[in-house]
Amino acid sequence: MSELDRPGDGLAVPADWTYAPAPESRDVVRLREHYGHFVGGEWLEPTETYETIAPRDEEPLAVVGQGTEGDVDRAVGAARKAYEDGWSKLAGSGRAKYLFRIARLLQERSREFAVLESLNGGKPIKESRDVDLPLAAAHFFYYAGWADKLEYAFPNRRPRPLGVAGQIIPWNFPLLMLAWKVAPALACGNTVVLKPAETTPLTALLFCDVLRQAELPAGVVNIVTGDGRTGAALVENGGVDKIAFTGSTEVGKGIQRRLAGSGKKLTLELGGKAANVVFDDCALDQAVEGIVNGIYFNQGHVCCAGSRLFAQESIYEPLVEKLERRLQTLRVGDPLDKNTDVGAINSRAQLEKIEELVASGRAEGAQVYQPPCRLPERGYWFPPTVFTNVAQSYRIAQEEIFGPVLSVLTFRTPAEAVEKANNTPYGLSAGVWTEKGSRILWMAQRLRAGVVWANTFNRFDPSSPFGGYKESGFGREGGRHGLEPYLEFE
Amino acid sequence: MSERLPVRKTYKLFVGGAFPRSESGRTYEAEGQNVARASRKDVRDAVRAARAAQPGWAQATAYNRGQVLYRLAEMVEARVHEFAELCSGRDEAGQAVDRIVWYAGWADKLPQVLGATNPVAGPYFNFTIPEPTGVVAVLAPEEPPLLGLVTRLLPPLVGGNAVVAVASETHPLAAVELAEAIATSDVPSGVVNLLTGFAAELGPVLAAHMDVNALDLCGADGFGSELEALAADNVKRVVCGGADVQSPWEIASFLELKTVWHPIGT
Repeated sequence: MSELDRPGDGLAVPADWTYAPAPESRDVVRLREHYGHFVGGEWLEPTETYETIAPRDEEPLAVVGQGTEGDVDRAVGAARKAYEDGWSKLAGSGRAKYLFRIARLLQERSREFAVLESLNGGKPIKESRDVDLPLAAAHFFYYAGWADKLEYAFPNRRPRPLGVAGQIIPWNFPLLMLAWKVAPALACGNTVVLKPAETTPLTALLFCDVLRQAELPAGVVNIVTGDGRTGAALVENGGVDKIAFTGSTEVGKGIQRRLAGSGKKLTLELGGKAANVVFDDCALDQAVEGIVNGIYFNQGHVCCAGSRLFAQESIYEPLVEKLERRLQTLRVGDPLDKNTDVGAINSRAQLEKIEELVASGRAEGAQVYQPPCRLPERGYWFPPTVFTNVAQSYRIAQEEIFGPVLSVLTFRTPAEAVEKANNTPYGLSAGVWTEKGSRILWMAQRLRAGVVWANTFNRFDPSSPFGGYKESGFGREGGRHGLEPYLEFE
Repeated sequence: MSERLPVRKTYKLFVGGAFPRSESGRTYEAEGQNVARASRKDVRDAVRAARAAQPGWAQATAYNRGQVLYRLAEMVEARVHEFAELCSGRDEAGQAVDRIVWYAGWADKLPQVLGATNPVAGPYFNFTIPEPTGVVAVLAPEEPPLLGLVTRLLPPLVGGNAVVAVASETHPLAAVELAEAIATSDVPSGVVNLLTGFAAELGPVLAAHMDVNALDLCGADGFGSELEALAADNVKRVVCGGADVQSPWEIASFLELKTVWHPIGT
C-alpha cells in the first residue's frame, strides 16, 4: 500500500469522487401566480393567458398574458406617449442616469435573476450566474455611457432617435437579449415595446420591477408577453418605427417580407451554423475545451454555437478521442445545481426538433457518440452528442440544430477549410485554432462570418459588435456600431 | 466627293469583361438607338461573373483598389465629350468624373473610419473591420443617366463588392459608354457588369437571386416594395439610395462588420 492510498487518521475518505449535489436555493425568487403585460408603467390585465413552466421538470411557474393585437396597440401607444411627452426631450445625461441605475439594480439583484433564468429557461445556474447576469448588467452600463456622447460616436451626422422600437427576443438568453435590445434603444432616446420569447417570459417580467425601482418614466419600456402571434402584431403595428428581431432565420425572413415597403428600419440577428476549424498545430487540449464550450454551452441553444467542427485530418483521431473523453466528464442535470454543465432543453418543441435532426443524422449514415449519462425522468433532456463520419450534404451539417449536437468533418489544407466552412447560407460566427499567427489572420480574413474567435470561442462583451453575414441577418449589436440601428441621421 | 459614312455602334451588354448581345436576341429602342434588352439568363451570367470576380477584387489592397478607380476617372475624363452628349451635358459628365475620384480616395480610408478596436473586459485583443457584402445588384435611376449610375455604382465598388447594374431604361447610352471606359480601365473583368433593358423585368430576377447579397433599389420606381419582399428570400441588405448623393455612409451600406477575438497571453 502506498503512502497516498492509505486512509488518513480517522478522516472520512469519500467512497468515490463524484460530486454531491450543490443546489442553488430557489427561495430567492418570489413568483406571482399570474402576470399581466407591462404597459405604461402599469400591469395590464391580459385577455388571454398561458402557463409558463420550468423545462427541468415541467413544473408550472406562473400564468402569463398571451398578448393580443389590442394589447400590443396599447403598449405601442404608451411607448409613443412616453416618447412624445418627455423621453425624447430628456437630455442624454438624464437617460444615462436611468441606464446606470438599471445596471446597478441588475448587479444587486443578480442572484434572484440568475435563479429565475435557470428555472424558466433550463440553463445551468453556473452560466446564468457567471455569464448572462454580469453581461446583461454590463450592457446597460456600457450603453449608459453612450447616451450623452452620441454626437461623438457619429461626428457631423446629428444623430436623432427613431421613436418607438419594437423588439422581439429569443429564449436562449432571455434577460441578456433584453439587455442587448433595450440598452442601446434607450441610450439613443427611443422608447420600447419588447416581446420576450413565449417560453421564457419571467425574467423580462421581473425586469419590470427593476424599471420601477429605477423610476424610469412610465411607458419608456413596455413588455407584452406571448407567442409568435404577439410578435407578428408588433411587427405589423403601424405605430412602430423600428423592428429589432433575434430568432430563427425562417421567422426573420418572414419579418423582412412583411416590412417590405413599410419604410420601417429593421435589424435581424438570425441563425447560424458556425465552423470551428482546428489545425494540427493547435494547443489540442485548449482546443477541446473551446470546442466543448462552443457547442455544449447553454445546451447548444446558441445562434453562434460552433456546431460544425472541422478537424485537420492529421489530428482527427486524437482530437475525437480527447473530445469523447471530455464529454464523459460533462455533468448533465438540474439547472439549479451549481455543478451542472449541461442543463435542460428549453421546451418540448425544441427537444423534438433536436431529436428529429439527430435521427436524420443517424439515418444519413453518420456515427453517433453520446457519453453514458443518466437523464432525469421528468422534463426535457438531451445528452451531449457528437456525430462523426459526417458529409457536407447531411442535414446535421447544413441545418441549425440549436441543441447539444456537434458534427465533425475534416479537411487537409487551409484553403479547403475555408471552402467548407463558408459552404453554408449562414455567416454568424466561426472559430480558428492554430498556434500560427499569420494563419489566424489569413483564416479570419476569409471566413464569411460576423464574429471570428481565434483560439477561443463564445466570448461576448458589450463593447464588441456582434451580428451576421448572409442569412444570419444584418445590423450589429454591441459597441459603437450597435447604436446605429436606433438612430437616424441628417 | 461624297462625305464619309460613319460606322455605327451596336449597343451591347457588359458581362464578365466582354460585350455580348442579349442571349435572347432582343433589343429595344431608346434614345433613337437599338439597345440590348437583357433577359433573366443575362442576369444569371452577370451574377455568375460578379461572384467569380468578387474575391479577387476584395483581396486587392485598398491602395490598389483606389488606384484602379482613379484610373477609371481618367478613362471617363478622356471621353468627357462623348459622355456630355449622352447625358445632360458637360456639367454632369464633369461631376461624374469628380465623384469617381472622390470615392476612389475612400478605398484606403474608410476602414479607419468604420473599424474599431474594442476594449473588452478580459485578456483578449478584439478588433472590428469592415468587409464587402459580396455581390450587389443596382437598379440605376432613370435620371441623371451618367451621374446617377456613377453615384450608385461607386459606393459598393470602393468597398470591394462586385456589381450587377441595370442602366437607366430610357437613357441607357451613357451606361454603355461607361462600360467601354471601364473595359479600358484596370477594373478587373466581372467586377462591374452593366445590363440594359427593362428594370421592371430584370429587377425581380435580381431581387430574388440567391447569389446576390445586397440590392440598391434607387431606380425601382413604383415596384420597390415588391422587390424588397423578394429580397427577403436570402436576407439581402436592401438600400434605397439617392440618385445624387455623395457620402462615405453610402459605402458603408454595402459593408459587413467582422469582429475578431484573440486571447492575450505569453
